Amino acid sequence: MRDFDYIRPATIPDAIAAAAEPGSAYLAGGTNLLDLMKGGITSPERIVDISRLPELNRIERLDGGGLRIGALVRNADLAHDPAFAKSYPAVAEALLSGASAQLRNAATVGGNLLQRTRCSYFYDTASACNRRQPGAGCDALGGENRLHAVLGWSDACIATHPSDFCVPLVALDAVVEIEGKKGRRHVTLEEFHRLPGETPQRENALEPGDLIVAVRLPAEAASFSANARYLKVRERTSYAFAVVSAAAALVVDGGKIRAARLALGGVAAKPWRARTAEAVLLGADASEATFASAADAALADASPSGDNAFKIELARRIVVRALMSALSGTPERLPALPASPFSNIPGARHDA
Amino acid sequence: MTSLPITLTINGHKHELEVDPRVTLLDLLRERLDLTGTKKGCDRGQCGACTVLVDGKRINSCLALAVSHDGAQVLTIEGVAHGEELHPVQAAFIAHDGFQCGFCTPGQIMSTLGLIAEGQAGDDPERIREGLSGNICRCAAYGGIVEAVLEAQQQLVKADRRTAA
Repeated sequence: MRDFDYIRPATIPDAIAAAAEPGSAYLAGGTNLLDLMKGGITSPERIVDISRLPELNRIERLDGGGLRIGALVRNADLAHDPAFAKSYPAVAEALLSGASAQLRNAATVGGNLLQRTRCSYFYDTASACNRRQPGAGCDALGGENRLHAVLGWSDACIATHPSDFCVPLVALDAVVEIEGKKGRRHVTLEEFHRLPGETPQRENALEPGDLIVAVRLPAEAASFSANARYLKVRERTSYAFAVVSAAAALVVDGGKIRAARLALGGVAAKPWRARTAEAVLLGADASEATFASAADAALADASPSGDNAFKIELARRIVVRALMSALSGTPERLPALPASPFSNIPGARHDA
Repeated sequence: MTSLPITLTINGHKHELEVDPRVTLLDLLRERLDLTGTKKGCDRGQCGACTVLVDGKRINSCLALAVSHDGAQVLTIEGVAHGEELHPVQAAFIAHDGFQCGFCTPGQIMSTLGLIAEGQAGDDPERIREGLSGNICRCAAYGGIVEAVLEAQQQLVKADRRTAA
């Protein structure tokens, strides 16, 4: 690992000033950053350790019913907070379907948003990658790309965003609270991550020195708590990134859908809000036929970026199943295998 | 880079150390403090062999900079037994053949201590398997590991009840 200066600022303004210098990187949980540094994928000259900034580790209820989650709240602490899990069950389920217990104990809310793609060509410094080295080309195009993007990709980059947490968050209109040199601003999570276009190295809305200080959920996000699920297909039962995932949240009254939220994971360089599908759902009968129409709408613009056409049909089926699961109601307790399409009967083997 | 001073309490003993900021908690334990029970498997957070408890929570010590954990309480496999008396989790791993080559075992046991403390899995084998999915066993001793965790969990719950009564 390349040598670096280590700074542990005591305040947010000190942190921003230090991180605004070229070659700086913030360190919080470190679960992705240290991995990237060991592999030589990123080589910061200066590490700004924010893990002890005191204001950033709180979960606060806001006047008017919203929630503000500090950027340093650990993934496990958030998922296991009883009040949080009750109000935002799909978010808790997504968190617990990601990574391992050890990683969830270290990884933070802000770091989850900023984790890098797991495209193997991004990770392999001998391969061409426009995201890692602008202008170098993309070895994923024409390479091993069955897990790559089917929505929003470009010829410059076909990588996906790996987060589970961000998928229900974007569905629930989460807002990212950012502090920078010019003060504090709010960016919707939907606008926070960028599609690659010609500049895949520009992954999000952050400017040098910008620090994510919190993620906010608006009051309405809790109105879906009775019918909200996250569903994630993996290549093994646990501890794997999504091949395709979906967050579905409904408000149903008298068999009609009064409000609907839908987002997809593992399909694009950002968590993918499926607004056209939500328009199909709104006001329609809460039925499998409606859900199938919504799934078609969600994937209408999808196209394979390589050997991954199967992901489009898989995503349709996952959308329908996530909506069916949401319709049947949020379970009292999260299943043994959160977000898994396999058996969730207590005590039963998933592969029995 | 100059070394930085940190203090760590490891298995109840306070250590005042000067560390290169690049040193992970794992390398500090193994290379500086001769606590080689904590294993280096993948060194990338994928295998769980390096699992330790930091301030009571299980983490991958390979993905933790020692300098960032200044002031922390660390528990490694060397601090689990009481003298010659094995911890119930250690004894259960032996009783149920919860290992073959043993390389992943310190990580499995530290992860089990974290799992039981978290209190989310209870005695549901599926929840135990899911809760330990961050610990890979290439000998595939998983059947014995789950039996060991079940027994240890039941013993520790009973012991807790006795203490409470």
